[in-house]
Amino acid sequence: MIAYQKILELIYSAIDELNAGNGDISVNKEESTPLFGAASVLDSVDLVNLLLSVEELLEDELDIEFVIANEKALSQKNSPFKTVATLAQYLTEEINSL
Amino acid sequence: MNNDKSNSVVLITGASRGIGLYLTQYYLGRGYCVVGCSRSESTVSHANYLHHCLDVSDEKAVKTLFSTIRKAHKRLDILINNAGIASMNHALLTPLTTVEKVFSTNVFASFLFCREAVKLMRKNGYGRIVNFSTVAVPFALEGEAIYAASKSAVESLTKILAKEFAEFGVTVNALGPTPILTDLIKNIPKDKLDKLLEKQSIKRFGKMADVSNAIDFYILPESEFITGQVLYLGGA
Repeated sequence: MIAYQKILELIYSAIDELNAGNGDISVNKEESTPLFGAASVLDSVDLVNLLLSVEELLEDELDIEFVIANEKALSQKNSPFKTVATLAQYLTEEINSL
Repeated sequence: MNNDKSNSVVLITGASRGIGLYLTQYYLGRGYCVVGCSRSESTVSHANYLHHCLDVSDEKAVKTLFSTIRKAHKRLDILINNAGIASMNHALLTPLTTVEKVFSTNVFASFLFCREAVKLMRKNGYGRIVNFSTVAVPFALEGEAIYAASKSAVESLTKILAKEFAEFGVTVNALGPTPILTDLIKNIPKDKLDKLLEKQSIKRFGKMADVSNAIDFYILPESEFITGQVLYLGGA
């Protein structure tokens, strides 16, 4: 069982990586941080980079191979990529059901 | 991109025979670190070569391959998407299962490898992807409807991925070889091949060196402004 808090930490590590590699933006490490839409500071490439970094961290830290942008994630009525919290919640549920 | 090729990692699909085997040996000879994959074992034994047996359209196996590359090398510089299968028959004699197999290997697998490759390449903001088309696309050859259609899809992938991957410093190009005497065309009657050669500006079979010469151009660090292109050998 992987805890929500552990997934949240991985997302925060990915945000650190994104902020370090991109001088133009600063993404807050908070659950309410929007990941896309008008309220988000991330553009589409930043979001892609963030999700890919999370995928790598899942592999490196938890030994889990998981494609985040999968059919289920992309077809949900409420996108799991809306905020840090929705992403963490989605990943926690999906990973624990593998 | 560093100029020391021993640190540059090349991934070649369909590496155990034909053009893929040639390219594997060619780039090992040029000092690259080469990772190859194919359904069958490889005969290549070299300190800088690692072979993976897999079905290129198996997403889980492909994901594991890229995970292994990331853990071992922490980088990927060049992807040569060579794996391909041909179907040469009249449309009325082509089963749907053949169509599915051809598209699965030629299109779906090419996409899968491009997608996973750029995930690794983005880390260094550098990458070169070379896909494989064929002169059967511009020649619109009878008897090659499915093969040519699948390679047309590869050309569209190449042109669009070139745009989508540009911001990661990754170029995506394709090469369209003429017939080369490999297993892929061993069952085609000689008169058909002769007719095909007649359509080329330079009327001879392609050579392996023609292929590596074109790929060498695409993968040069100086070719950073060359992307979304399809280069046909022999003057198609």
